[in-house]
Amino acid sequence: MMAEPRFTVAVSGMNAQPENPGPGLAVARCLREAYGPRVRIIGLGYDALDPGLYLGEYCDSAHMLSYPNGGSDAMLERLAGIHAAERIDLLIPCLDAELPLMVGAAPRLAAMGIRTFLPQAQALARRTKDRLPELCKSAGVACPQIKSITSAGFFRSCEADGWSYPMVVKGPFYDARIVRNAEEGAAAFHAIAAEWGLPVLAQRFVAGEEYNLSGVGDGNGRLLGEVMMKKRALTAKGKAWAGVTVFDQGLADCARRLVQALSWKGPLEVEMMRDAAGRYQLIEINPRFPSWIYLSQGVGRNLPALLTELAFGRPAPPLAAASPGTMFIRYALETIVPLGDFEKLIMGGDLSRELEPERSRELERSPEPEGAL
Amino acid sequence: MGSMESGEVEAGMNDRASVFPDPEAVGRLALSDSGFVFDPVSGRSYSVNATGLALLRLLQKSTGLAEVVEALQERFEGDAATLERDVIEFASVLRSQIK
Repeated sequence: MMAEPRFTVAVSGMNAQPENPGPGLAVARCLREAYGPRVRIIGLGYDALDPGLYLGEYCDSAHMLSYPNGGSDAMLERLAGIHAAERIDLLIPCLDAELPLMVGAAPRLAAMGIRTFLPQAQALARRTKDRLPELCKSAGVACPQIKSITSAGFFRSCEADGWSYPMVVKGPFYDARIVRNAEEGAAAFHAIAAEWGLPVLAQRFVAGEEYNLSGVGDGNGRLLGEVMMKKRALTAKGKAWAGVTVFDQGLADCARRLVQALSWKGPLEVEMMRDAAGRYQLIEINPRFPSWIYLSQGVGRNLPALLTELAFGRPAPPLAAASPGTMFIRYALETIVPLGDFEKLIMGGDLSRELEPERSRELERSPEPEGAL
Repeated sequence: MGSMESGEVEAGMNDRASVFPDPEAVGRLALSDSGFVFDPVSGRSYSVNATGLALLRLLQKSTGLAEVVEALQERFEGDAATLERDVIEFASVLRSQIK
């Protein structure tokens, strides 16, 4: 694989709280391991306490963004300012809530010289949780019934309409809670609505085990580099604390049909439940890399680097064969932050680091990169 | 014969189709000499003792119940009836875990 001698990738989602980490830091880590000092990584965050912003080994500089609910103009204005300082070649958004804005802004970002590798707005909309049954029907994939609800009254009357407990209550972007009766349902509804807004979604409960698949859609209906993972330990929020790669052709086939039906372009995570009979049912499609994406580097299928190659118009590099049986275990550690760095981010929104002299010399000595994957 | 993370393994009747799990499912299991067993489809791992490991290796060769019991008798102590009962019990748990 050939890569530019030096290029700049901006990555969002640098939050990394142990119970629910964002994917940005893992994406940055994948890029650093694929390209070394040849890639300049710009960390983008929404909170001055997002830890990834302070990890100099992964983020060469860091900038705060305005929240997505501030609208696309505010976000674009901020990105333009960062771009003027950093000359961003590629932007990889890593948070669900950013995706509608980023997809809509992709043409304007391209006009600014910032590449993206994102799905079409229509494809993004077709995989929202409330439209999964419709998508699954067209893709030939099983899916539990989902209903958009705007009132907690649903939980008192739903059994008369054929629903049964337990069921899953979800927010439009985040959060999922299993509820066992009307009271729990109403409580979950109010909590999720307060945090994420309406509508709240009710999904039929599927008994089984959850499996996740991440890959990159090439935009022409092909799924590339799929990595399948079974969670082995969970955080309090149900996120993977440990996991192991698996391989099931049935899971891969479901994901391929979904990517083909959507002509999906960009990263994605497919979450499916496998029931006792081994049948898969789609639970969610996340339009971004998952926080466990460093596992892809661990099995020789560095998906953020694969996406980078595609975004630069280069052919998909050869990947290692799927290798079930590789584990990851996440851990928490502390990084020491000079107060001045925190001050720069919280007061000015920017934290740029000068290259250390040794790293500058290393970069100058590095040959034209090949085979970074 | 061993232990599983999500249930104790002990073993299950007579011909291979009704006693043992799907041969394809057993065939995909990665077996280590230590008794560590990994299912690459489900992601589950198990631990089995020497008898369980020997039995799994026999099952991966698609051996029938009578052949399995005979082979185990050559390596382990016990009369045929006891070994057959243990094999059947072990196979029953296998069927519930490996699909």
